[in-house]
Amino acid sequence: MSLKGKAWKFGDSISTDHIAPGRYFHLRTNLPELAKHVLEDADEDFAAGMEPGDFVVAGRNFGLGSSREHAPRIIKLAGTSAVLAQSFARIFFRNAINVGLPVLEVDTSGIEPGDQLEVDLQAGEVRNITQGETLTFAPLPPVMVKILGDGGLVEHFKKYGDFNL
Amino acid sequence: MASTLAEKIIAEHVGREVEPGEIVVTGVDVTALQDGTGPLALQQLEELDMVRAVNPGKTILFMDHAAPSPRKELSNAHQVLRSFARATGAVASDINEGVCHQRLVESYASPGDILIGADSHTCTSGALAAFATGMGSTDVAIGIATGKTWIKVPETLRVVVSGGFARGVYAKDLMLHLIGEIGADGATYMALEFTGPAVERMTMSERFTLANMAVEAGGKTGLFASDDTTRAYLEEQGRGEAYRRLGPDQDADYALTMEIDLEGLEPTVSAPHTVDNTMNVAAAAGKQVQQVFIGTCTNGRIEDLRIAASILRGRKRHPHTRLIVTPASRSVYLQAAEEGLLKDFVEAGAIVTGTGCGACVGVHGGVLGDGEVCVATQNRNFHGRMGNVKGFIYLASPATAAATAIAGEIVDPREGYLESQG
Repeated sequence: MSLKGKAWKFGDSISTDHIAPGRYFHLRTNLPELAKHVLEDADEDFAAGMEPGDFVVAGRNFGLGSSREHAPRIIKLAGTSAVLAQSFARIFFRNAINVGLPVLEVDTSGIEPGDQLEVDLQAGEVRNITQGETLTFAPLPPVMVKILGDGGLVEHFKKYGDFNL
Repeated sequence: MASTLAEKIIAEHVGREVEPGEIVVTGVDVTALQDGTGPLALQQLEELDMVRAVNPGKTILFMDHAAPSPRKELSNAHQVLRSFARATGAVASDINEGVCHQRLVESYASPGDILIGADSHTCTSGALAAFATGMGSTDVAIGIATGKTWIKVPETLRVVVSGGFARGVYAKDLMLHLIGEIGADGATYMALEFTGPAVERMTMSERFTLANMAVEAGGKTGLFASDDTTRAYLEEQGRGEAYRRLGPDQDADYALTMEIDLEGLEPTVSAPHTVDNTMNVAAAAGKQVQQVFIGTCTNGRIEDLRIAASILRGRKRHPHTRLIVTPASRSVYLQAAEEGLLKDFVEAGAIVTGTGCGACVGVHGGVLGDGEVCVATQNRNFHGRMGNVKGFIYLASPATAAATAIAGEIVDPREGYLESQG
């Protein structure tokens, strides 16, 4: 699977409060509406300006904080292809896989805002078309590849009726 | 093979020895949802045609983040949780009952359990020697309907604590200090295991404060061996039969061991906007504060309220500083009432609210104004956390928070505030 889009650059320690702010708690049962505010507290132009296929590119410990699964869900719902970060917080990482959002640990330091990227999930490569560089990332653990490949945990259960990892 | 506490609990559940890094499908004993994460979880079960709870007495739906509901959307979310509870026999913990993590330790979590909750501070129950960890709505939904989850067996970071707390220094100061040392991602994917002579002397309330914030270092859970203190706590809750002695093997293999001596530990705060942005209170002293918030799953227990009340009794809050006190559960509230602590708070100029999470998570009941500074006993000070991205949150112990409410600016509680006035 190949994903294409441009980079939206974020810093270190982007928390679930940046992604899905608590003041929109009442919108958690209305994900399309909540998605209009995705990452609002980190970059207020992101939700309105991003185009389907674009990438969220961040620094260390992306998604730290709350267990709210709404965070990866609205990143995905907004049309983001994948999140690339130096590292991820544990619960966010797991939630992202469960909802079918690719999350890639890769050295993002050289990626500039607006760079055109192409990601090949199987090959484990991020091609920076703007800069003419290729970055590689370590493959996901097999259990996560399986869940992501099935389209998330709910789809996995629809397919097998149980854990089949 | 000698096992850490995390490895031991998981091994008991899967019926064989386990190693860090391996992924296992395991049974779960307790599952929990709250009003922010619950509706999405139950929606997944409907989509899967799996609206059921295999262990309904240990499936708890907490209405605590919006309690009582400030908006119709959240009232409707509460209806969804109550209706699932009626249909399946699961427990609905309604708006009067308290913050999920406090209620879990009071009534549901037991040594040796695996507990998953759709709230990141589920790690609090680790203080009862339960492998307790936060997950997302879908993971917990599957746990509710099947009694199972998958877990990557974590490596363990052992924290050995020696010495004793100086007067005016508390478990919260220790945990903020530890997170400042290792960073907000210092224990990512790891279990923390607290041990050492100082830990053996700690009350359960202190242990809950430490375990609660394991996730603020990226940890999966914060574990303590069970001992006579655990037994006494469970007996007090009327759950003495839940006690069993459980600890790591002596020669268990730890990924890392940290030693902390409490001698010399100062009152500590986390300055905006990350929990690992810690400093001694002296470095933040003098900062004008518009709101002080004492409560939450981190520091809203009766022991915390006693500390705060002992400082506030006979004194008044600063006229420019609002003071909000929120007991962590109904039983904490009742106990505080019986001991006269609520009177102390109200006389000092506080508003005592019903139990719940609202202020900490920015839902309602303590939202900051633009540019305002809050000193809070909670566990997070992220950008926008208390409902306003233009607010500034300092995390502190109940003593530092109470003293700050009187001074109107951040102060060291040892500067005359620990001496009783009332």
